[in-house]
Amino acid sequence: MSTCLHAPNHAAIEAGSMLPEPYAVVSRHEETADTFTIALRPVKGGPPRSFAPGQFNMLYAFGTGESAISISGAPEKNDLLVHTIRRVGTVTSALDRLAPGDVVGLRGPFGSAWPMDEVGGRDLVFVSGGIGLAPLRPAILYALAHRSDYGRIVILAGARSPADAIFLDELHSWMEEPDTVVQITVDRAAPGWDHHVGVVTTLIPRAQFDASNAVAMVCGPEIMMRFTAVELAKSGLPDERVFVTLERNMKCAVGFCGHCQFGSEFICRDGPVFRHDRIRHWFSQREI
Amino acid sequence: MSTTLEPLLRHHPLFTGMDDDVIHLITGCAKNVRFRAGETVARQGTPADEFFLIREGRLAMEMPAPRGGTLRLQTADEGDVVGWSWLVPPYHWHFDLRAVSDVRAFSIDGRCLRNKCENDPRFGYEMMKRFSTLMAERLEATRLQLLDLYSGPAVNTTP
Amino acid sequence: MASNSRAFVDTMTTDPPVLLLREHFDTLLEALKRRGFTVVGPTVSEGTIVYDELNRAEDLPVGWTDEQEGGHYRLKRRDDAALFGYVVGPQSWKKYLHPPRTRLVEARRDGNGDMTFADGDEAEPARLAFLGMRSCELHAMTIQDKVFLGSGPADSHYERRRKRIFSIGVSCGVAGGTCFCVSMGTGPEVTDRTPHDLALTEVIEEARHFFILTAGSDEGREVLAELPVTPAAQDDQAAAKERVSHAAATMGRRMEVGGVRELLRENPDHPRWDDVAARCLSCANCTMVCPTCFCTTVEDVTDLTGDHAERWRRWDSCFTMDFTWMHGGGARQSAKSRYRQWLTHKLSTWHDQFGSSGCVGCGRCITWCPVGIDLTREISSFRDDTPQPQPSEP
Repeated sequence: MSTCLHAPNHAAIEAGSMLPEPYAVVSRHEETADTFTIALRPVKGGPPRSFAPGQFNMLYAFGTGESAISISGAPEKNDLLVHTIRRVGTVTSALDRLAPGDVVGLRGPFGSAWPMDEVGGRDLVFVSGGIGLAPLRPAILYALAHRSDYGRIVILAGARSPADAIFLDELHSWMEEPDTVVQITVDRAAPGWDHHVGVVTTLIPRAQFDASNAVAMVCGPEIMMRFTAVELAKSGLPDERVFVTLERNMKCAVGFCGHCQFGSEFICRDGPVFRHDRIRHWFSQREI
Repeated sequence: MSTTLEPLLRHHPLFTGMDDDVIHLITGCAKNVRFRAGETVARQGTPADEFFLIREGRLAMEMPAPRGGTLRLQTADEGDVVGWSWLVPPYHWHFDLRAVSDVRAFSIDGRCLRNKCENDPRFGYEMMKRFSTLMAERLEATRLQLLDLYSGPAVNTTP
Repeated sequence: MASNSRAFVDTMTTDPPVLLLREHFDTLLEALKRRGFTVVGPTVSEGTIVYDELNRAEDLPVGWTDEQEGGHYRLKRRDDAALFGYVVGPQSWKKYLHPPRTRLVEARRDGNGDMTFADGDEAEPARLAFLGMRSCELHAMTIQDKVFLGSGPADSHYERRRKRIFSIGVSCGVAGGTCFCVSMGTGPEVTDRTPHDLALTEVIEEARHFFILTAGSDEGREVLAELPVTPAAQDDQAAAKERVSHAAATMGRRMEVGGVRELLRENPDHPRWDDVAARCLSCANCTMVCPTCFCTTVEDVTDLTGDHAERWRRWDSCFTMDFTWMHGGGARQSAKSRYRQWLTHKLSTWHDQFGSSGCVGCGRCITWCPVGIDLTREISSFRDDTPQPQPSEP
């Protein structure tokens, strides 16, 4: 079992846990009109810190601020830290101006991980909505790299439209993997789109997996995750075998500022990945 | 009429628990159909006298666009039941139905079933229960689609 | 070494109490200063009792007491010259341990875009002697120790300040109008449930004015050894205990704590929330004065050249609209949801996070609420109006 699966606590143990480290942008790739992927490596050289799938870093745009960005790369590829970022506010817009050679500050990795080391032998059902595919990607890549450790893999990816869908080429390549089913759907079709049209939850009743042992990992907008959990339950998956990842306003990312609290949970430290039964009490309430 | 429709109906989530005589009635009104990829299965505004249970392939609900082309609204796949306009006045298709891929399906005669519903309220109620569930599921999925959940920060909310 | 949250007191109960006369009280401050501590404690300023530097006993609120009610605070003259004849004011000791503004990081960027980051906080904050910590405040400090030092990796900014503190607890001889430490099990007597260096109780009799002191740590013992103390007679110890018992019996408020944790967790839609929301101004006073509230925000600022940036930490409050703000909006936009968050955190989910209640019964939130919202009364209302438990849904 790879040690990288256990969410490491490198950053938090040191006294300077609010101190970023300089990382250089090695490459940049435009995914959609408002989403891009950057690969980073430490300015001081050497490999970046190891991370577990589902964890995130705080990326610092000099003088502007930090934003919590999930790591979207393969957890066992040790040379670069890959992040897929959507431009939604001041900091992410500042990060959007990065080009290869530029430097960012980085703190992390933080947070809990997808339970890859606990679900060996099971069918895996990944359900993503929009950019939610990015935090799931490390888990998918890990599962495919250790294919024989897992049962059937089902990937259900929803996007707004074909132009907004990320990692489409990769989704297609995953269709070729053994005992792996990939279904892609959009809310709004465009000419030439021959995959599904409709919200991603409609793909769940038809998906073929062993409900008696499968585990689902879900990432997307909260409403989408809520309805997905309902459909998964109808398909026979209990809350204990459904994992979601939550998002809240984060400032410190180390459990001290209080901003990311969700009921009794600190999303930066107890999450962002949660087993559904753990947060179900809060998830069903408004304005938590 | 294919004899394999009956087990499909018995196990389909929409039709589970139906009495044998009801199932027989439906299978008695069914036939096998095939469509080639790209073929129009039904046109908006025409009489809706059938519904489909897809055995293989993908159908799409579409709207002809005013300035040419079509707007694809939703798709349905193997195992899906498509079409409730046969049961709801004025019994016209509200959208175009097109085969996205080659499709094999059961076509069930809606007009025949409609008459039976009128004459046998128990049967009619059974069909209404099933198809209102189908419509509710479709409506909920459509509403989620409408929410445009993956769109950017300018979300249409009321404070 | 000053008492530290991780070193629990084990010998205190064997130390016999000693007596210090009022006229010798300054020797305590002098002994602390000789050890390099700056003494801070209560003093009168602009009609309130705040914490500030103390040089001599006279700097304390001598002969003052406080009159507290919901949304009401006044200082009143006592008819004696007590040094500690009041309870707590709007400030708490978190102003030193968890300051309102702290610089965390200094960042520089050169012409090539290379960045360097350095710890921007004081490496060695001043050594402070907290003179006059009430039992509720010692509990609050212990609770914040758990938040910042005890739940996993430590917060270095709290830690570097916390380990430089010498604490002198005071057992209350008078109860405040909004106090309910007895209900919360946090006072009024300073005990070894909360680590401290020294503890004292003030006694004023017709002819004598003295303090009964006990040591709570090795350093406390060392300081005591330098003072002109005498062994405390049984009668004097009894007089001190009687003062504290009187305070315990005259609390201004009480709160029934049994089951509060579940009560709030299971009733997020109780109509009482709407009732309190109609009164709450979301002014955040309660979070500012509460000795356990710890929420902060992080601000990144840069100078005009853009080459020098700083990261600051500043007190924040869950009552602000900004607190949960992300792209797309905030999770808690209604005043109801924000009040509910604060109270549920303080009395319920704090248990899940830190293993105790977050409330120490100091009453500050009641006194300093402009509209006098009283959480003890809110909890009573929740209890009274909560229907019988329903069968739980799947």
